[in-house]
Amino acid sequence: MSYNFTVSPDFMPSYISGWYIFNTWIQRQLNEKIHLELYDSFEAQREAIESGKVDLIYANPFDAAMLIRDKGFQVVACPNATSDEAVIAVSAESSILSIEDLKHGTRIASTDAPDVHMMGMIMIEPADLDRDNTTRHICSSYVLVAKDLITDKADIGFFLKDAFEHFSETTRKNLRVLVSSHIHIIHHQLMIGPRLAHLREPLLNHLLEAKDAQAEEVLVSLGFKTWAKVDHEEAEFMIDLMDTLVK
Amino acid sequence: MLNDMNPSDVLGSYTEHQLQYADGTSRKVLVVDEEVPYPEGCLIVSRTDIGGIITHFNASFIEMSGYAAEELLGAPHHILRHPFMPSAAFKGLWDTVNAGQKWQGYVKNLRKDGRYYWVYATVVPNVRDGQIVGYTSVRRKPSRTRIEECLQLYPTLS
Repeated sequence: MSYNFTVSPDFMPSYISGWYIFNTWIQRQLNEKIHLELYDSFEAQREAIESGKVDLIYANPFDAAMLIRDKGFQVVACPNATSDEAVIAVSAESSILSIEDLKHGTRIASTDAPDVHMMGMIMIEPADLDRDNTTRHICSSYVLVAKDLITDKADIGFFLKDAFEHFSETTRKNLRVLVSSHIHIIHHQLMIGPRLAHLREPLLNHLLEAKDAQAEEVLVSLGFKTWAKVDHEEAEFMIDLMDTLVK
Repeated sequence: MLNDMNPSDVLGSYTEHQLQYADGTSRKVLVVDEEVPYPEGCLIVSRTDIGGIITHFNASFIEMSGYAAEELLGAPHHILRHPFMPSAAFKGLWDTVNAGQKWQGYVKNLRKDGRYYWVYATVVPNVRDGQIVGYTSVRRKPSRTRIEECLQLYPTLS
């Protein structure tokens, strides 16, 4: 029997090979055939989930409630000491110096990553801005969000902090950070679906015990240090938390 | 039951108020007319049990409250109640979350040092196996416009 693994489409492009390495490692540990399918949009990934084509997923926190409550997924683990944070940036030449300088009609550039967009929208609330009095241009990558700012097609851009920090020096010189989030408690999670549920414990044990040289190489290829166990109550708390943040 | 606020903890000149809480207890609070700005980009997160006793919180909750973590854990959440806040606002909050719904509103909170900070708060019930077992509250930076509206509205509420 073959299973399917996918990764939240907002993963850093530089980690693509890392996810293939991780998938190979999982297959060896579990002695199961698992196919890695990467989707280029959240919409395409959600269609795959809806069609029952996903058994294992490194999921965006925004999708946690749907996966756990509607699709019967269980959380296995999350990367230790990491969290999803957002940055709102403007062009280096922009006259906008603070969030409070933003006006109705502000043009936003962001990707389709739902957690980053949500955090960005929360951080512009103090300027009385919401989706009804702003416009949004959805870009297919954070590089294109930056380009929108630099070419004055957008006033502000929402970035995953990790992605922003990985920009070249040239790109960063053309941008200025308006505000960064310090939320600390929102993070992606590795979740396992009903067809693979019997392998949750073995998978968790392999992740937590991944300390040999090969396992370390796998973690480095993903930009993680270690995995941390996530129990059911912690997963439920993440859902409650996201519920407070979503309009 | 909370002890009265201690003048030695309070920064600057203050006014005294006696607060009566819904659980029947009361406390003397000391209020300084000085706002502490909400930290940019932060969320203040806390959880309580069904009786409103604080069980979990993040670093921003500690920082903005001015209390030590050990003073907050196990304390009633009304340790942050500011006398400016009308009882009606909290009745609305509890009625809403106990009905299983999400509550959102603007709240002026009291710090240990007597100063205050405004938040835009969201509270949801934590439902497990169909039962409410506690509440999660997340606060974010509020709009100044909305605060100005509350400054006008809240004194008209009981």
